[in-house]
Amino acid sequence: MSALVIAEHNNITLEPTTLNTITAAKQLDEDIHILIAGHMIYQIADIATKIDSVTKVLLADNIIYAHGLAEPLSSLITEIGHNYHAILASATTHSKNVLPRVAALFDVAQISDVSNIISNDTFIRQIYTGKALEILKSKDNIKIITVRSSSFKEAKNTGGHAIIETVSNKNYSLCSSFLSRQINKSRRPELITSKIIISGGRGIGSIENFKLLEVVADKLGAAVGATRAAVDSGFATTDMQIGQSGKIVSPELYIAVAISGAPQHIAGISDSKIIVAINKDKDAPIISIADYFIVGDLYQILPELVTELNK
Amino acid sequence: MKVLVAVKPVIDCDVKFLIKEDNSRINFNNLKFIINPFDENAIEEAVRLKEAGKVSEIIVVSIGPSQSKNIIFTALAFGADRGIFIVNEDTKLQPLAIAKLLKIIAIRELPAMIIAGKQSIDDNLGQTGQMLSALLGWSQGTFVSKLIINSTNVEVIREIDNGLETIVLSLPTVITVDLRINKPRYASLSNIIKAKKKPIDILSSIDLCNDISPHLITLKIEELKRHKFGINLANVTELIDKLKIKVI
Repeated sequence: MSALVIAEHNNITLEPTTLNTITAAKQLDEDIHILIAGHMIYQIADIATKIDSVTKVLLADNIIYAHGLAEPLSSLITEIGHNYHAILASATTHSKNVLPRVAALFDVAQISDVSNIISNDTFIRQIYTGKALEILKSKDNIKIITVRSSSFKEAKNTGGHAIIETVSNKNYSLCSSFLSRQINKSRRPELITSKIIISGGRGIGSIENFKLLEVVADKLGAAVGATRAAVDSGFATTDMQIGQSGKIVSPELYIAVAISGAPQHIAGISDSKIIVAINKDKDAPIISIADYFIVGDLYQILPELVTELNK
Repeated sequence: MKVLVAVKPVIDCDVKFLIKEDNSRINFNNLKFIINPFDENAIEEAVRLKEAGKVSEIIVVSIGPSQSKNIIFTALAFGADRGIFIVNEDTKLQPLAIAKLLKIIAIRELPAMIIAGKQSIDDNLGQTGQMLSALLGWSQGTFVSKLIINSTNVEVIREIDNGLETIVLSLPTVITVDLRINKPRYASLSNIIKAKKKPIDILSSIDLCNDISPHLITLKIEELKRHKFGINLANVTELIDKLKIKVI
């Protein structure tokens, strides 16, 4: 029995989080297969054969998988998944959409957002907005797992010599169809994998002020994040949201500007190595989890930060 | 169109929760249940669709210990027409079991659409809607921030990691919503009084399904101590100096 990793991709390139998932899979099995389902994906299949520890690339090339719709993809995974003791994917919106269906079709539980693997059936995940850790044991024959990418290193994308096998599924229903996708392209690093993140809350006050964060981010080579309140105020786009219902991040350095520190936001940042808070309120909850903090006016501090970084 | 809204009773995350002394599990005694905030958005969306003449009946369903039954009244006060409460004294019912119970209700009621929140604020699993959709063999739209009902299908805008996606779902369908889809209203006093007269069906989980035992066993829960005694820096220069040593 082997472990199966579900690749995430845009039909052209492999998402780096797939490599973090491979590392998690390696803790469960030495023999790792990777499923690439999409359309016109030979280029990715070739890249995947070279990933360290991957022995087989399962290639499902069909227009029905082109946009990653949950219904055909979950039935494909269910048809081929019987041969595996564990099926893993990164805890992205893509997998969160597909994997619970697979688990239900197998009549097994899904183990979500795993941050640590103790053994083949025992896992650790965070619960209660990161206020507690749960150590749990699965009784199922097939473990369906989503992996917190930031908790596992990226596997090497060289050194592997996997074989390619084509797969397809016979039974699927086309009850949904893809219309369009609006991708917010950013020249900055991805939030989930970025080493440095600077984020703003509602206290930033305006889109213009939010742009100051971007200036600082570019000086530091950082990604820019936001709280739900900042997104709802229209300062940032939804894909920039960090927290319980947005992205979970764990950079080396997290700079929280005008973020009070609601539990829902802290749930998304508490694994950051160093947290810096810039806030006008010395009693804001964010201060209690910060390694360093400056109490003061962001309109003064942010331009100073830009000037200092220019030196 | 008939709509079923599934709501989960949860403990407010601002309430201090308690881990039992033997590290076994969270102590739920004497805590007050509220509707999972994401599920409030699900009810609100159904009510708005009814007000717009797109939906004829809203049934709200919830599963939980008997002390959580109050959330059905809240949902009825928001505008649902009738309620179904499935009593389950085990607070650790897992998503697959909830999906199996909801499937039974769906087959009994045959709604054109089931709406629920995209995740709960307690376990944050975000699985139930997708599992229910798979068990029923219906279409699914998750993390929805906009929902448009057409004559034969439903168009949804979904929040995905790098932007937004629009897909079309044939009916019947299961939808899970994000907080951004709408802003839930406050129940008016007259609606709270009216809610008391609305019918509620009370069922028992063990009578409905004998296959709801947990597949995942919690071995231990540990509280995470996040508190730090951070250093208060006077200005940006001090900050840069600190970070130069550590990161940059």
